[in-house]
Order: sequence, then C-alpha cells, then structure tokens
Amino acid sequence: MTTAVADRDATFLASVVELADAIARPNADDVDRNARFPVETIDALREQRALSAFVPTDLGGAGVSLRAIALACFELGRRCGASGMVFAMHQIQVATIVRHLDAEGADSFFHEHLRAVSAQQRLIASVTSEVGTGGDMARSVAALTPNGDGTSSFEKQAPTVSYGAYADDLLTTLRANPDAGPGDQVAALTRKDQHTLEQKGTWDPLGMRGTCSPGFTVRATLAPEQVLSAPFATIMTQSMVPISHILWSHLWLGVATDAFDRARAFVRAAARQKPGEPIPAALRLSHVMSDLSLLRAEVRGALDEFEGEEDRERMATMAFALRFNNLKLSASDQAPRVCQGALGVTGIVGFKNDTPYSVGRHLRDTMSACLMVANDRIHQTNAGLLLIAKDV
Amino acid sequence: MSAAVREIVQEHGRLAVDLSTLPDDASLYEAGMTSHASVNVMLALEDAFDVEFPDEMLTRGVFESVAAISAALEKLSVQAA
Repeated sequence: MTTAVADRDATFLASVVELADAIARPNADDVDRNARFPVETIDALREQRALSAFVPTDLGGAGVSLRAIALACFELGRRCGASGMVFAMHQIQVATIVRHLDAEGADSFFHEHLRAVSAQQRLIASVTSEVGTGGDMARSVAALTPNGDGTSSFEKQAPTVSYGAYADDLLTTLRANPDAGPGDQVAALTRKDQHTLEQKGTWDPLGMRGTCSPGFTVRATLAPEQVLSAPFATIMTQSMVPISHILWSHLWLGVATDAFDRARAFVRAAARQKPGEPIPAALRLSHVMSDLSLLRAEVRGALDEFEGEEDRERMATMAFALRFNNLKLSASDQAPRVCQGALGVTGIVGFKNDTPYSVGRHLRDTMSACLMVANDRIHQTNAGLLLIAKDV
Repeated sequence: MSAAVREIVQEHGRLAVDLSTLPDDASLYEAGMTSHASVNVMLALEDAFDVEFPDEMLTRGVFESVAAISAALEKLSVQAA
C-alpha cells in the first residue's frame, strides 16, 4: 500500500470513528426501538464525504482501500448495527461499479455517475432479491424491456429493498431482455427521478430494524448506457458476492465486539463491587472471548486474502467462491453466538433493554445474518462446488 | 473430441434448448445451463476422459461452451503427456 493511500485510509477511518461515537451510538437504541432509518448517522457520513470514500480520487472520491471500508463497517457496527449495514450495502454497490468500470467510452454514464456520487453524496441501494427466485441472486424474473424509443423499462417485485425509500439511486438486477434466460442478467442503475417504489407490506422485524427494508414493486425507465457493460456473472463472482461477505462480516464482528465489551464492563463492575470474591460471570466471559476470537480470525483472515488477491482469474475459481461463501456462513453463525454468550454473562441486566449492559439489540441484529442470502442456500451451493473443487 | 463433449453436455447440462442446434462456440450458460448443472457436467467429463480439472481451471469461462471445454481437455492431455 502506498503512503498516500495509507494516509487517506487513516484520515477516513478517524472521521468515521468520531461520527460513530458522537452520532451513531447515542441514536442506536432509538433507531432500533422505532425501526427508523438512522438519518443522523447517514447525514453525518455525507458531511464527512464518506459515501464516496471508495470512489477513485480522479472521480472526486477519497480513493481509500477496501480494508478501510471494511474497518469502517466494523466501527459503525460497534455503535449501531443498522447504520453499519446501510453503510456496508451502499459501499457494496459503489465498489461493484468502481471495480467493473469499463473505459470512459463504454461506461461513460457510470464514470459521470460516480462523480455525482462524490459531489452530491448520493446513497445507493440494491434491488437484487426477487419474488419467485427462491432467494437465488443469480436468477431474475423481471426483464429489461425495450420501449422502442431507445429507452427500456422494468417492473420488479422485490421482497426486501434495504433503505429503498431513502436511497438516491437503485442498482437492480434484471434479465438482459424479455427473451433472456433467468441466469442471463445485467445490473442497471436508476436515479430517484427515474424509478418509483410501491411499498408492499410493513417493516417490523426482529433485528436490523433501522435498515428499513420492506418489500417494494420497483418500476423504472432508463437509457441503455445505465446498464453496467461487464457480464453480471463476472460482477457477481469477482465483486458483489465476496465484497458483500467481507463488509457484512465486518459489521457483524463490530456488533459482536460491542456485545462482548458490554459483558466485560459488566464483569468489571461486579468485580469492583466485591473485590476478592469469586465472580462466576468472569469464567463465562472467557468462553465468550474464545468465540469472539474465532470470529475475528475468520473475518480478518478473509480480508487479508482478498486484499492480497487482485488476481481476477483466481477470483473466478470455485476455491475462491467456497472461501468467501464460507466466510459468510461462519461469521453469521458465530456473531449471534458471541452475543448470546454476552447475554449469558450479563444475565437479566443484559436482557433488559435500558441498561448500560443491554445486549438484546446486538443479539437480534446478528440473528439477521443467517437470513441475508439464506445460509441453507449457500451451504447447498458449497455442497455442489465441493463435489468438484480440489484445493479448498 | 467435440462429439464426446456434446454427448456429456446434452446429458448433464440441462439446457433449455437442443444442443444439436447450437454451434461449438455458443454460450451454454445463455442456453440455460445453471452453475449446479455445470458441476455435473464437470464430474461427468472427469469420469469420461479420466482427467482431473485443477482448481485454476474450475472457472465459469472454461465451461462456457463446447469449444472451451474441448480446449481445456486438450490442454490437460497435453500436460499429462
């Protein structure tokens, strides 16, 4: 890493930590209780120009590394899981576009759009899930349909669109045309003035309540250049899937780390009240630390591997897919385990929602992890890949 | 080679169209082969040709078309010789 990037990373991370402390943390319980969008935190991220952090400097962004983005997800997750998730999902869309930008000619719309993301701090949401695909992101029902005047339109039934109502832009997966098979996909970006969202159902979930992710019917009309030129299968295997798993797992690690920190504070307070007396909770805390260490090793190890990688050939292999699928599986299993362990340490004090040691929100937030691309589906994919992959 | 490959793809690729109507360089994925079906194609190829695809060859591109699969098999037998 060059000194310039290291400096940019450090400045960016320091600003995220500061706003996470000052704004995300004090609002986290209210965001959770009212299942409301963490508007203060996202506004503060905009003020710090954090929404364009991963955009290259020549397109007006900060040009920080993926590592810095991942660590920012971790830091936000420690203060407010929902804020961390919104930030992570936005960065996944930005990174997907940045990493598959073709030459200015082929993708001039996206070059221009990244400049707009930087100048206006536009928030990008994704519309990947779809009714009728059984949760398989690699298949679409809705198709990009030519209108005959050069523009195209689509209508997509999405069971969840995280912060869809608050996003400036949507990145939507679609069949390439009305005759295309379900796996022949493209990714299209539309602005708020080009799409409409009709909400389907309500949003009152167990956790990650601030992500505001109800279902929507999305309708849009767009120009042909608003479709990324790279094949979607490549975009998915080289960027969207591994980066999603890296950023999600970092924020889950953040949530779990805060649950552990609260449990440790609880044990310390107990120890200070009765110096010299045995504290049963201290022993439990040690067990929770083992679980947290495993989680951290898996999450950080995957980031090291990905950063060392940049071999796009290897990213297309099954071994790579297995590695980053497994990151998602193990982190989403392990994070709620840490939070439940923290609850075991803090007992009724942690079970209450209004004490300094409350960990209910952490447990509920991390319980969403196994559902975001269902673990059963990923296991099924891995089971298939393991039939043929050799070096895993 | 391509005839034998075609037989295996026909049997295991679960294409949405009849393979005999497609040229050797047509995309099997566009013809409806899912990644799940492609694993079965790979397994059947390994069995039929008595080869093992190393991990660096287990990519979407290598199994994109009858021509790509044939080229990969030729590369493997060249390496074995």
